[in-house]
Amino acid sequence: MKYDSLADLVLQAEKENIPLCKLILKDQAEQAEADEKVLFENMKRSLNVMRESVENGLDANKRSASGLTGGDAFKMKEAVEANRNICGKIFGEAMVKALAVSQTNACMGRIVAAPTAGSCGILPAALLTISEDRNIPEDEVVMSLFTASAVGIVIANKASIAGAEGGCQAECGAASAMAASALVELCGGTPKQSEHACAIALKNILGLVCDPVAGLVEIPCIKRNAMGVANAFVAAELALAGVESAIPADEVIYAMKKIGEAMSPALKETAEGGLAATPTGKRLCEKVFGHC
Amino acid sequence: MLQVFDIIGPIMIGPSSSHTAGAVRIGKYARSILGTVPVSALIRFSGSFAKTYMGHGTDKAIVAGILGMETDDERIRISLEVAKEEGLEYTFEKTEIDGAHPNTAEVILKDADGHEILVQGASIGGGNIIINKINNTVVSITGKSDTLIIPHEDVPGMIAVVTKILAVHSVNIHGFSLCRDHKGGTAVMTIEIDGGIDESINLVILKQPHILGSTILKAI
Repeated sequence: MKYDSLADLVLQAEKENIPLCKLILKDQAEQAEADEKVLFENMKRSLNVMRESVENGLDANKRSASGLTGGDAFKMKEAVEANRNICGKIFGEAMVKALAVSQTNACMGRIVAAPTAGSCGILPAALLTISEDRNIPEDEVVMSLFTASAVGIVIANKASIAGAEGGCQAECGAASAMAASALVELCGGTPKQSEHACAIALKNILGLVCDPVAGLVEIPCIKRNAMGVANAFVAAELALAGVESAIPADEVIYAMKKIGEAMSPALKETAEGGLAATPTGKRLCEKVFGHC
Repeated sequence: MLQVFDIIGPIMIGPSSSHTAGAVRIGKYARSILGTVPVSALIRFSGSFAKTYMGHGTDKAIVAGILGMETDDERIRISLEVAKEEGLEYTFEKTEIDGAHPNTAEVILKDADGHEILVQGASIGGGNIIINKINNTVVSITGKSDTLIIPHEDVPGMIAVVTKILAVHSVNIHGFSLCRDHKGGTAVMTIEIDGGIDESINLVILKQPHILGSTILKAI
């Protein structure tokens, strides 16, 4: 398969009457000339690293190397455990996990890029939260990562997954779209609904710039991971309810590419525009590097 | 061709797949092209790399790669100290390479015998890289499959000589490029292959007339 159209992958899954995850695993095993079991076990290892990266990010006192960030996941966890959060258990726990993984990343800890390190909290937060809430067997969660990957491959092939090329929409947007499609599948949705979830999630993040303060993957990246997983749940929820995206996923992906091209280089990971260029952003940069 | 583990992966040390993991891989590939233990490294960052390398730990990452570390090695964050322990001198410079991808680095490595190589690579997102220059030769190597680098004299029939040896040993080529400095000078073949290749085949290639070298770069 070519992975240049999500609609084509969905059509193929419908034709073979199998879930997207099985279609992708089968095809990837063929392409790599490897056994499906080998690929499955590799993906299982990634899921385990994702789980560890949640645990490692829950520390109340651990700060990033720059000293700019840390402790947010712990604060959110306390709020959820005390039933103080306003959006319910699933949203709360998903946000805790997204913040935790993202903080592990900022502390130069071990994470799984999904699809990138800057957006690494979104997919694990979505999948681990829903699987704990619904007691979904581990094997199904591992399989859903293949569906998420396929969405990511199409986005990478037809647009970009690099902030330096497409802004944050390419990183957190892709991660959120991948998570939304996988959530739909894990919750019993159809391949077509996964496609709609991808489109809705990506549409909601179109235009988001990559403007990291001091060039660090911390401010605003960590909180944008919390936003990204919330957006994934919004998109999956809508798609599972039967809401359809008026613009097909493939066209949304193309729009994302064109928006990325139109974006000023100052807003694509160079730390020259947006939040990085605010007075506070500059002050924080000076605090870390002594100059800016 | 992207695969699932290019998207869910790499398993890596943060904080940035393009600025950290990709940089580790460029460094690691440069070391493997050198083929010996480097004692000095000059690293030139271009584009976004030049602007933000300190914040993303790109400096630590590329040195970690030059030291041979993997993208998920927890010593990446202390790689500059490890370099001192292992006797690797390093220098960083900022530059602007015309027309290069925003995340580009040029690495010049030297070993104890004075053997020197220049490698230019771009980190294209999600930890994926493209090596686009080795010394003066323009190449396009992803590092995802084993690759043969063969410098040779620019005389007729060299491609046939090498590809025939590969054909006899049932090695399938999926990427090929050739570049030369000037007519009759030195040319370099870059051959990307499916699966692995035995070192003995390399020795056969090395014995051919007009062949100046042959190195197998393992996939990283």
